[in-house]
Amino acid sequence: MTKNLRVKSSEFIDETSRISFKFDGKTYYGFKGDTLASALLANNVHLIGRSFKYHRPRGIMTSGSEEPNAIVQINPNSNITEPNARATEIEIYEGLEASSQNCWPSVNFDIGGINNFLAPFLPAGFYYKTFMWPKSFWEKYEFFIRHSAGLGKSPTTKDPDIYDHRNIHCDVLVVGAGISGILAAKNAAKNNYKTLLLDEKNELGGSTIFETNENKKINNTFSSDWLKKEISELKNIKNLEIKTRTCVAAYHQYNYLLARENLTDHLEKKDKKNKIRQRLLKIRAKKVILATGALERPLVFNNNDRPGIMLSSAVKKYSDFYGVACGVKNIFFTNNDTAYESALSLHNKGIKVDAIIDIRENSDAKIIKKINDAGIKIYWSHTIVDTSGYKRLSDVSIMKLSNDGMSVTGSKTSISCDCLGIAGGWTPAVHLYTQSGNKLTFDEDRNVFVPKADNSAQICVGSCGGDFELDEIIKNLSNKLKNFLNISQTDFEDISLENDKETSKRNIWLLPSDKPTGKTKPFVDYQNDATAKDIKLALREGFRSIEHVKRYTTTGMGTDQGKLGNMHALGIIADTAGVKMGELGTTTFRPPYTPLTFGTIVGRNVGEFFDTFRRTPMNDWHIKNKAEFENVGQWKRAWYYPINDETMHQAVQRESKAARKSAGILDASTLGKIDIQGSDASEFLNRVYTNAWSKLAIGKCRYGLMLNEDGMVFDDGVTTRLGENHYIMTTTTGGAANVLSKLEDYLQTEWPELDVYLTSVTDHFATASLCGPNSKKILNKIIPELDLSDENFPHMSFKEVTIDKIKCRIMRISFTGEQSYEINAPASFGEAIWEKCIEAGKEFDITPYGTETMHLLRAEKGFIIVGQDTDGTMTPIDLQMDWIVSKKKYDFIGKRSLYRSDTMKENRKQLVGLLTEDPKIVLEEGAQIVSELNQKPVEMLGHVTSSYFSPNLNKSIALAVVRDGKNMRGKKLFIPMENKNISVTVSSTIFFDEENKRINA
Amino acid sequence: MFLINCPYCGERDQQEFKAGGEAHIERPKQPTELSDDQWAEYLFMRKNIKGVQFERWNHAHGCRKWFNMARDTSNDEIKAIYKMGEKPPPQ
Ligand SMILES: [Zn+2]
Repeated sequence: MTKNLRVKSSEFIDETSRISFKFDGKTYYGFKGDTLASALLANNVHLIGRSFKYHRPRGIMTSGSEEPNAIVQINPNSNITEPNARATEIEIYEGLEASSQNCWPSVNFDIGGINNFLAPFLPAGFYYKTFMWPKSFWEKYEFFIRHSAGLGKSPTTKDPDIYDHRNIHCDVLVVGAGISGILAAKNAAKNNYKTLLLDEKNELGGSTIFETNENKKINNTFSSDWLKKEISELKNIKNLEIKTRTCVAAYHQYNYLLARENLTDHLEKKDKKNKIRQRLLKIRAKKVILATGALERPLVFNNNDRPGIMLSSAVKKYSDFYGVACGVKNIFFTNNDTAYESALSLHNKGIKVDAIIDIRENSDAKIIKKINDAGIKIYWSHTIVDTSGYKRLSDVSIMKLSNDGMSVTGSKTSISCDCLGIAGGWTPAVHLYTQSGNKLTFDEDRNVFVPKADNSAQICVGSCGGDFELDEIIKNLSNKLKNFLNISQTDFEDISLENDKETSKRNIWLLPSDKPTGKTKPFVDYQNDATAKDIKLALREGFRSIEHVKRYTTTGMGTDQGKLGNMHALGIIADTAGVKMGELGTTTFRPPYTPLTFGTIVGRNVGEFFDTFRRTPMNDWHIKNKAEFENVGQWKRAWYYPINDETMHQAVQRESKAARKSAGILDASTLGKIDIQGSDASEFLNRVYTNAWSKLAIGKCRYGLMLNEDGMVFDDGVTTRLGENHYIMTTTTGGAANVLSKLEDYLQTEWPELDVYLTSVTDHFATASLCGPNSKKILNKIIPELDLSDENFPHMSFKEVTIDKIKCRIMRISFTGEQSYEINAPASFGEAIWEKCIEAGKEFDITPYGTETMHLLRAEKGFIIVGQDTDGTMTPIDLQMDWIVSKKKYDFIGKRSLYRSDTMKENRKQLVGLLTEDPKIVLEEGAQIVSELNQKPVEMLGHVTSSYFSPNLNKSIALAVVRDGKNMRGKKLFIPMENKNISVTVSSTIFFDEENKRINA
Repeated sequence: MFLINCPYCGERDQQEFKAGGEAHIERPKQPTELSDDQWAEYLFMRKNIKGVQFERWNHAHGCRKWFNMARDTSNDEIKAIYKMGEKPPPQ
């Protein structure tokens, strides 16, 4: 039954370049300039897919991005297939393959279609009510629902395409290149505003570009011809950038908009190669002009969803723009004059129009006479009460409307047709306007929501602003532009206009049928299969808020966000509940206006560019020496260095033993380093650390603990006094940025009188930490001239030295309890110094160790790790670190909070050591701790924070926070695990070398 | 996404900034002389009003300076931006 319905050549279609494409496996032909929808319609294909819930056959309804039905899968047989593409937006190219969605096994025979007959049992909220109970059955239901419903297939392999982002700053952004947008952009650019004009279509001119209505003339020519001349002048205007195939997806505050520019989707495969597919434009505009037009509304009547039922404006566009007849027997159904324009347009192109059914009693528009002259029968005061034809519309039944519009009277007439254009009026496309945070107001007279008010940074013009008649549009546009752009005149304010005026109005949100509502299917949201019946049911069940009704019935929740049906949903709610539409308010339109691909959103931030990471200067050496890495914040840190097939446990045990037996070396470059200078540096440190700093001698180091103002431990580290007014502070690896921010905050806002300067120097120095009983000998080999005696270079002191002419700072500080030297070299010499240490350490079997061994060694000594043994609820007292809290200092950050009733109470969780009864059992970090096994409910006393098997003690050790732990030394507690209860004894937090003898050994 | 006029750098995208909570809460000069309640008032109590709120902001990925902002929380309109230490503008 394939017919050629290309009825007239069109200037927008290149009939010299024939394109073949496949739909549902069958090959068709179209022309360059066709969309998939227009090309299919030219082949008389209307049936595109199945609806989501009832699996009803659905066809093409619209000619644009508002399409609810004709959504297809592109490249269905490829592993880079793309679902949910709108046939009305896809420009065909040689080799395009697409297929129906929502049908299984095929669009012509669909198992889920049985839902259509089960429809009485599938009312609103059906999924909520049925499948949620019993809970355990959900998995079974889910399989069935997903298999039969399905919203297309996801691609299965990595997206091979390239995506991009671009930032744009402009004076004026014009969204939409219909007649209003073009005139606005032209006048803005001509008046020296840097202007950007965007349109989602590939052609400029909106619906005016193919307008040949005798009754809509500008300067005595067709409005289309006049506009084409305007467009041809655009290229000579400086300051104007135009982007087509670019859809604005989101409009955020402060005129920040996101748009998707489609660059290659319309090209055939060989031309797409190595090109950017889509680009996300991040636009910051000083002024925004929304010229997004209006969307035609359908009419809500019984069985208004059959393939062949389309918007009247779409029928017109297919005929006027694409030269395609949507049917051979066309009729229209309307409540306004739009359908008459469409009908006349078809008639003038030789496409047969049999009838127009109008719910109004009459209209005195000039166009009526032309319709009568054309011999098209008009049925005034009539409505369609039913339609028939399963996979394609075949007939409509009409009846006379009662005076109140609530019922039908008289006898039924049947009209045979294969295409029905419906015209329910126009809705301004205010989606972007509302996204920007501005409010709408309801125009009771015309039944439309229009923008409430313009402001100095944003206006809505044309039909988006609520002007539908050409003369109104042009006049208001000119006045608005003069005001908005602060210009004295526009270049089009003197044009002469001629247009028909619509005078007669009648609106019925839900048209009656001769059947009771319960027996009809008047669809409101086509994509989600929500009917007027569902909305009424929701109201009967007590839903009142529009947002709730929307979610319960899923109206407006599809990929099209209910662009067509939202107004009817509101109207039906208002009518049923007896409230005014203006009082009901609208639902929120959320970004994106049309769906964005993930590729566009992430742009180039994929693979290794997904997230930033930092590597230390010794990184290459770690890789060469087979280190495993762990992520610490953004850093990639050497975790452990397995030899041959060592497991992590084996490697860590070996490294830990070696560091205490002879010598180990750790890359500590990631520790945060902040250079502090100024005459008040000492006073500053006094205020930020809990302990006293004024008396620290030059050349000495001190460990410090930093609190939040609430008294909880925030960070720790060693700070060294390099000079009278010069310190270098170290922070934890993960806390570096936060510490700097916090210190800057206090300096700028609380203590601006202090003379202190902070500089982050983390990246400037590489740090090699030499540790172990032989570390002194190794260092001696590297710097023989330096006196390393405990008298000259004691623990907690610092020397500035030169190694191979490289100036280095050496701190004798220890995080392992062993003698230890941290050599800080300028970052670019980090690897050289590291290799020098390894070379010098060879004879002592120096062992490189990673973060895991570092953690184990410090746990043996009971040194805390902020963020592991603390969690923002631990005070220094809780950590049993009372010694570091100065009693003498009048104030420091967090001091007052240590005397709050809550922080002073006895039974807070405190840091303790735990030893397992069986020394081989290693506890799990995070495991809960209890004192009674049989108590119910069981009281959780705390949890394990750090746990290791210590090779140096040959037993398991752990740190934990336990309620009242301070008073529990020696007490037996339990760790209940899945299969066993582990007995532990509370111990000191220091497990190894309690007297600290090794530090000076 | 706000467009914030840093008093030191000029207009920049919100991404460069960090919000720092309510403004004009001065750290007490003599914390030890405060009662628990008075200290708690400073430490914990913050306003969360619908309307104009005074906030601290930091140009974290820029000049790193802190400054104050008067923002209408109902529509995110920035009413005023002023430097640390300056008095809030009269309403
Ligand atoms: Zn700044």
